[in-house]
Amino acid sequence: MVNYFPEEVLEHVFSFLTSHRDRNAVSLVCKSWYNVERFSRGKVFIGNCYAISPERLISRFPRVRSLTLKGKPHFADFNLVLHDWGGYVYPWIEAMAKGCTNLEELRLKRMLVSDASLELIAKSFPNFKSLVLVSCEGFTTDGLAAIASNCRFLRELDLQENEVEDPRGQWLSCFPDSCTSLASLNFACLKGEVNLAALERLVARCRNLKSLRLNHAVPPDVLQKILARAPQLVDLGAGSFVHDPESETYNKLKNVMQKCTSIRSLSGFLDVNARCLPAIYPICINLSSLNLSYAPGIYSKELVKLIRKCKKLQCLWILDTIGDKGLSVVASACKELQELRVFKSDPNDVGNAAVTEEGLVAISAGCPNLNSLLYFCRQMTNTALITVAKNCPNFIRFRLCTLDPITPDAVTMQPLDNGFGAIVQSCKGLKRLSVSGLLTDQVFLYIGMYAEQLEMLSIAFAGNSDKGMVYVLNGCKKLKKLEIRDSPFGNMALLADTGKYETMRSLWMSSCKVTFGACKSLAEKMPRLNVEIINEGDEMEGGSDDRQNVEKMYLYRTLVGPRKDAPDSVWTL
Amino acid sequence: MANDDLGLETELRLGLPGVGAGAGAGADSDASGLVEKNEKKRMFSHISDHRSNDSKAVNKNQVVGWPPVCSYRRKNSFKRDEGSKMYVKVSMDGAPFLRKINLGTHKNYWDLVLALENLCEALKDDDNSDYVLIYEDKDGDWMLAGDVPWEMFCESCKKLRIKKKADAKGIGLHAKDLLKRFSKGE
Repeated sequence: MVNYFPEEVLEHVFSFLTSHRDRNAVSLVCKSWYNVERFSRGKVFIGNCYAISPERLISRFPRVRSLTLKGKPHFADFNLVLHDWGGYVYPWIEAMAKGCTNLEELRLKRMLVSDASLELIAKSFPNFKSLVLVSCEGFTTDGLAAIASNCRFLRELDLQENEVEDPRGQWLSCFPDSCTSLASLNFACLKGEVNLAALERLVARCRNLKSLRLNHAVPPDVLQKILARAPQLVDLGAGSFVHDPESETYNKLKNVMQKCTSIRSLSGFLDVNARCLPAIYPICINLSSLNLSYAPGIYSKELVKLIRKCKKLQCLWILDTIGDKGLSVVASACKELQELRVFKSDPNDVGNAAVTEEGLVAISAGCPNLNSLLYFCRQMTNTALITVAKNCPNFIRFRLCTLDPITPDAVTMQPLDNGFGAIVQSCKGLKRLSVSGLLTDQVFLYIGMYAEQLEMLSIAFAGNSDKGMVYVLNGCKKLKKLEIRDSPFGNMALLADTGKYETMRSLWMSSCKVTFGACKSLAEKMPRLNVEIINEGDEMEGGSDDRQNVEKMYLYRTLVGPRKDAPDSVWTL
Repeated sequence: MANDDLGLETELRLGLPGVGAGAGAGADSDASGLVEKNEKKRMFSHISDHRSNDSKAVNKNQVVGWPPVCSYRRKNSFKRDEGSKMYVKVSMDGAPFLRKINLGTHKNYWDLVLALENLCEALKDDDNSDYVLIYEDKDGDWMLAGDVPWEMFCESCKKLRIKKKADAKGIGLHAKDLLKRFSKGE
């Protein structure tokens, strides 16, 4: 029956499908659906840039307008992957510039982005509207200047946590006077100065500006002037805030803040004097998102006073200086909380984490809608985790990180297996899990048994034997990404179910017990996997010893075979 | 290191203890340019590269990449004094205008040197000459950068100046510090 629908009808029906997974599913139904779908697909998500080539992307989806690409494996965030491992965006842009100039939106994560890439984007896509770069590197503000100068309809320039060199600092002045389309501008991660007058003028003429995140180089008096011109802002990242509550600037800021009744999301405050926080009090009641994780200067008492006023808060990112007591206040004030991230206040200081299981239990009791957690803590107990699991069955993301990676239950000194077991059993919708603390194979038995929706699992210093990893590979049917470090999983586990890896995006194993021989035989058996060995030193000189343990292995499914841009230190077997 | 007979020499040395002997204050051109081996020519040869030491100086009790804090956050989460922002003027020989740099955003001398090199890229002469980095301290004295620990330097630095090495002999470097350096016996 479906063959009698004209294509226009099918296309119209498909236009209601926004999720790429739904679109992937419909394209598998039959040939005609495949074709209608591929010509109408505007947004494409590619979770691993080496799984497919730009040419094949364009030939299948010739009308793509929005492209999301991810490069380096997640553990690159923690300095476990070489800087030049790969993830270059240039070939993608080059291909799109030739075959698909309708590109409007590009979202990149953990990729190497050169100034030449940015310049090519600026030159090649006349309708380019949106550039989002997350945890990328390789570019300077010169590249940003090219984007600012040439993208006439730019709506969004969002730079999150990138390493950017800033040689000249005049990129902001490159937005021409005719540019009035900006709705979102985030340059919080830039280290250098910006032309403040140009910034003020830009904000004044972009009446649609809803999201603005400034870097530390924008002083409080300029912040105040900007807010006066843009009371319509919904999302504000204040780089530098005022320090002196007696100052004229403080008064002006306070007054102008009161008029910013549209602000729902607040972040930044890279340096702030706690006594100046009352300037923000008027807007607290409207806030749904608050990120103070880069504001080390706020101590618990002031922080707590602020958070008490944020009764509608749904998302809170905070430092562990808040303490367990502070978390109790959050639990009593922020009843609608859905996402909580508690970061270490000094990542380089291994001694003084200030939150424990108590804070987490308090939050779980007060905030039943909690569905996303990242929690760096000094200690944890099974009892606490079991309580949390009972209080909050809606977790989608649960990431726990104990300071000492193999710390046991702080009270019983037992492994934390049962605690995490309770989490996976109770939270039937759990998609992402990071475990830490003293853990045996038992926790993986639980995960394999109960975590039916799990897509991403991060394991460090856990397990006793191959059985642990096998439980996970056998049990978690929806597993997409598995990353393991410093755990005793070896060849038996790696080779137990080689077909499984074609159903997953990737597997990372470092400092485990897999040998070269096993990796080689896996690569031989599975031609549609790239098995990469990353070498630090010169272990791989000359012949490799098959019995030697591999330091770092990263394997991923791919339709295009071994990549050609790997550096010498990365071997594709 | 041939510093033991320097006390009696008229030639002033600007190198840091531990660095290969730097050029003298009024030195001939052949005494200059003693850069670290295998490094590309850096602007300030009197500030040695401590990067390799820093990155490997991980406490034995600390595991690489643990706790798993992403590197951007690690770099941007050091504790800062409340309200301290250390913007100082940077002047450079031959440049028509000054720049400003925030010492608070740099972690060590090497970081600062890299930032200054970027800043001065456009202003540098093409003659590839060596430069010295000096600063005016709280007492109003002009000091050679690199002697004191980074935090101490940040606290006392009021202004930065980038001078061509060849022109540096006109500056009255604080004699007390020079002697202190030599007496360390490096």
